[in-house]
Amino acid sequence: MIRLERVTKLFASATIPAVDQVSMEVPEGEICILLGPSGCGKTTTLKMVNRLIEPTSGDIFIGDKNTADYNPVELRRTLGYVIQQIGLFPNKTIEDNICIVPDILGWDRKKSRARAAELLELVALDPGVFLKRYPKELSGGQQQRIGVLRAIAADPPVLLMDEPFGAIDPINRAVIQDEFLKMQAALKKTIMFVSHDIDEAVKMGDRIAIFRDGRLIQYDTPDDILAHPADSFVSDFVGSDRTLKRLQLLKVSDAMMHDPPVVHADDTLKTAATLMEEHGHTAVVVVGPRGRVRGYVDLATARENRGKISEHSEALPTTIRSRENLRTAVSTMFRYDTTWLACTDDDGLYKGYVTLRGITRLLAEAYRDG
Amino acid sequence: MADAVTTIIGFQRLWRNSLLVLVFALGAWAWAGGLLPTMLDQWDDITYLGRQHIELVAISGGLAVLVGVPLGVALTRQPLRRYGDIFLQVLNIGATIPTLAVLALSMSVLGIGNLPAIFGLFIATLLPIVSNTLAGIRAVPPHLIEAATGMGMSPAQILRKVELPNAMFVIYAGIRTALAINVGTVPLAFLIGGGGLGELIFSGIALNEFATMLAGAIPTALLAILVDFVMGQLQFWTIPRGVNPLR
Repeated sequence: MIRLERVTKLFASATIPAVDQVSMEVPEGEICILLGPSGCGKTTTLKMVNRLIEPTSGDIFIGDKNTADYNPVELRRTLGYVIQQIGLFPNKTIEDNICIVPDILGWDRKKSRARAAELLELVALDPGVFLKRYPKELSGGQQQRIGVLRAIAADPPVLLMDEPFGAIDPINRAVIQDEFLKMQAALKKTIMFVSHDIDEAVKMGDRIAIFRDGRLIQYDTPDDILAHPADSFVSDFVGSDRTLKRLQLLKVSDAMMHDPPVVHADDTLKTAATLMEEHGHTAVVVVGPRGRVRGYVDLATARENRGKISEHSEALPTTIRSRENLRTAVSTMFRYDTTWLACTDDDGLYKGYVTLRGITRLLAEAYRDG
Repeated sequence: MADAVTTIIGFQRLWRNSLLVLVFALGAWAWAGGLLPTMLDQWDDITYLGRQHIELVAISGGLAVLVGVPLGVALTRQPLRRYGDIFLQVLNIGATIPTLAVLALSMSVLGIGNLPAIFGLFIATLLPIVSNTLAGIRAVPPHLIEAATGMGMSPAQILRKVELPNAMFVIYAGIRTALAINVGTVPLAFLIGGGGLGELIFSGIALNEFATMLAGAIPTALLAILVDFVMGQLQFWTIPRGVNPLR
């Protein structure tokens, strides 16, 4: 946990504070994104946590210990730190770069080198190939992966990241972000992460703190920031398409109709028609004996024909997994020119359906509340 | 492709062979003209003075390295950091004074003999070492220092593990230049009673003995080449591959 209490920084040469009375708390195991335009105080705030910049007033706690009680050098050894320029040491091999903090802490060499190899495998870099290489022999994306590994090598509970993926091309950035999220799911570090990119913040953050002119304007979950911006600055900053961005945050299961009516292949069309009329649906999904999606029958077909469903059902253009996000769902609907999708779990069993109407209603709900 | 490589290797071989032939021809001409036998007559002088020469280089150059590198480092630390440029200006002005004048000045203070010679040479050698150390450490990118600090390295660890290794190539280059200057300047030490191969060179000029002069000049030149070669090898092998543009 990282807790800031009325933290203020007034630089000697300035008349207005760079960071003004900021109080916030990053809960254990969560990623908090400090977001804002340049010069808003987000980087200063981050650097006050590991005391690269000393606060003018206020307290910062890691766990329940005040950072002011530590020797700054000792403090930094317990906090992972990643910067945008990566800062791998060109005179050291990848192995030695990863082991910098373990080496300072006096870990057994064999143990730390084994850990370096382990970490490399975590980001799908072959230790046999990369351990003995020098940073200049790696691509930018590979270097940034090493930069992250170096920060977690000594297994610090807290990570501070200053625009860590800012200098990487968009395609590689998305890959590294996904990799990092996967790593975080296993490591559960408490992370403070500076970014100026709202999309990155929405994707990576459990919480987002929006800064302006040294003040913390809003500190909320990404969905709340997008749904209920505190003021016009925040709504401008997150963009006029903020509602579309929320699609990314919501799961198909959030908008899904659960326990839908189903028919089986050997039911009659009459049963299907009755069922649809009962629920007010225009189509119904046909499932197999174990509950897998087989196809669908629409209301018109069911009314105009007689016989078994198996003779008249049609194949579904596609299905979607309920753990996908709504952005993928909407995109899939547009691609297949349909207004509803059958949702399955990971085993392919039919769980429910999601409609375009259901999604728009879900999104609008947040605004009605507020 | 293979043809081009063979051609290049062929040219290199031709060039090396013709150089050997040239050296051999020069040697034969020197031998026939009696120059080489006269020079070899002075073999004892050459080895004796050569050793003195090497001692002067080793002591003054060694001292300059021992003082210059720490001084350069100190000028990048607090509280001397802001005086770095001023100090460099002073040294630069100092470097415009001809070495001969420096030697003469140091003789007028310290008298005649090895001491003023070593001191004069030391001063002349110091500048490239200090300025390269200063420039090398200043050129270490600030984000490396930030990363190192952020990971919990102490200032001493940052200097030892980050700044010095990354500045090493430039520092070595300074030492290499300084020692080349040093070896070439040592003959002047003879003028203030410092000994070295300058004794043969200046005696040869004064007595109009071409062979005696060459007996001093050729070993001096060879020594300069040797020192440069050794420094080059050190630079190549002791600097990690990651920061060594030569490999």
